[in-house]
Formats: sequence, structure tokens, C-alpha cells
Amino acid sequence: MPPAAPRSGEAIFASVERVNAELFTLTYGAIVRQLLTDLEEVDEVNKQLDQMGYNIGIRLIDEFLAKSNVSRCVDFKETAEMIAKVGFKMFLGVTASVMNWDADGTCCSILLEDNPLVDFVELPDTCQGLYYCNILSGVIRGALEMVAMKTEVTWIRDMLRGDDAYELQVKLLKQVPEEYPYKDDE
Amino acid sequence: MQFFGGSEISPSPPVPTATGNNAHMMYIFNRNGVCLLYREWNRPLHTLNPQQDHKLMFGLLFSLKSLTAKMDPTNAEKGNLGIPQLPGQGCSFHSFRTNTYKLSFMETPSGIKFILITNPRTGDLRETLKYIYNLYVEYVAKNALYTPGTLIKCELFNTALDQYVRSIA
Repeated sequence: MPPAAPRSGEAIFASVERVNAELFTLTYGAIVRQLLTDLEEVDEVNKQLDQMGYNIGIRLIDEFLAKSNVSRCVDFKETAEMIAKVGFKMFLGVTASVMNWDADGTCCSILLEDNPLVDFVELPDTCQGLYYCNILSGVIRGALEMVAMKTEVTWIRDMLRGDDAYELQVKLLKQVPEEYPYKDDE
Repeated sequence: MQFFGGSEISPSPPVPTATGNNAHMMYIFNRNGVCLLYREWNRPLHTLNPQQDHKLMFGLLFSLKSLTAKMDPTNAEKGNLGIPQLPGQGCSFHSFRTNTYKLSFMETPSGIKFILITNPRTGDLRETLKYIYNLYVEYVAKNALYTPGTLIKCELFNTALDQYVRSIA
């Protein structure tokens, strides 16, 4: 039996169980509020959001692979397209696009058209250094690490900070091939 | 089959056509060689202690993957034998059969390896292994009490797996 074809993001999004968008937004907002209260330092909160995203990403990748039926991407360009077209659509229901490739093909930007995490959100003056959606950068970093790619994901443009769009930069640092894990003398 | 979340599992499971336990054993490994799960339903002969058995199985599959990629007549670019490959790269072998058993294998791009050993008359189990991967996602990956990279101790997963495996032809 030939393997099944990969499914599109929309098809999967339609078939999975979804949660109310407002509930999702408000829950995330509550988490960030609580982190700010507990940690007080904006940089600490950014780091903690990234770490939380990383922990989500390492599990999310299996769900992504199982539901979307994709096989290994040939190169980083395909990977970025997969994240933007299938991944974001499947999990958040938003379409994202990939642009600004550099000459090597190792660095690109993912532009989010809309971002369900930031509905109703305004940053007060006390939190000016906060990357409110930093959990997303952690998720992408964690997920890619489980498929053997070490990446660095940062926010270039953030509408909560006054820019006109949400833009994430994903930079491939290196690919880590599989090594035989047991030492020969054991 | 109803799951806690109620979400639809795709692909849908193959229709059960036989009764009784057709599978012998199942292994799940992660990319670091840690044996996440070992289930045994019908294994009359034990030759090695569990540690050695897992290492042997993992080593066998690691070498087989490397060998099959190297011997691939259609792929122009071939690595040298022994050079580590990215998980999922190269051609992937999916089963081998002897006169007493059939071993079916599936590796995900995230490095999770599913190995199912059944009687030799079993057909192509790729869809079955995909369904088991979906079970893994639902019961293990989404389980907040499970630490990734450690032994799987989820009763629900074990039960669902046993129930599903019993239905394999």
C-alpha cells in the first residue's frame, strides 16, 4: 500500500478538536500576567516564555508529524514553508507566509497575518521590553530541535511594540545528524 | 475508538479481521537509543537480558538503515557507510521477514522508532504503525505527567495499544 499523501493545514484544522479562541487568548494572557507578577523582571519573563514554548515544541512536533503525514523535508526552505503553511494553520488557524530568505537559505522570516494570542492586549509602560508572544519562538525552536535542526528564533517586528506586523526570524544554526548512541565498550 | 479528547485519529484503523493475539512484541525507541516501551504478548524464547536485547535491537535497526541507504540503486547521492544520517533521510526500510516472524519498522522524522514483531503471514503494517504513532501522540506526547525521553508508564496507552494490536490481521 503506498504511503498516504501529506494533508493540508486546512484539512487538519477542520478535523481536530478546537478550543474557543477567546478562552485561548485569555488563558495565555493570564499566564503572562502571572509570570510578570512572579518574576518581575521582563527579561526573565521572556526567557521563561521561551522555555515554556520549548517544552511545548518538543511534544508538538510528534503531533504535527502524525497528523500531517509529511515526510522529511529536503531542505530548510521546505521546512520553513511547512511551519508557515501547515503548522501555524493546523495549531492556531492562521496563515503565515515565508519571506526574506538570505543568500545561503539558512535564515528567513515568517510573517503572521493575524495572531490570536494578542487579541485585546495592550502593553503598559512598565513592560516595554516584553516579547508577549515569545512562547511561539520557543515552540518553533523546540520542534525543530527534535527534527535535528538547531535554530535561533527571534522577533523582528511585534505589533504590541508599535510595529506594523508580526515577524519572526528563524535562523538555522546547524543540522545535527543521528549518531550511534552506545559507546562501543559498553 | 473513543479517546479522551474525542478527536479523530487519522488514518482510521484497519478493520479487524482476525481474533487472538497476532503480535509477538513491540519496541519504541527514541533517537538517543532509549527504549521508551517494550511490550510482549507472545514470546516463548528469551535469549538475552532486557538491556542487551534493547541495545541489540536498536543497533540492528541503526545499521540496517545505514546499509539500505548505502545500497540504494536509485539515489545518486549516497553517504559513506557509518556516517550518521539525519533521521528520516535516505531510503527507509520498513520490514523484514524470516520463516518464523516478520519485523515491521517505522521511523518518524523526530527520531521515534516503532518496531512491531508479528507472525510471518502479516501483510504490510505501515498503516498500522502510523495508527500506533497517533496513539503515541494522544496518550504519551500530550500527557503532562510524561517526561519526553523516559520510559513510558501510561496505563491508558498500554491498554489502547493492547486492544489495537489484538485486531491486527
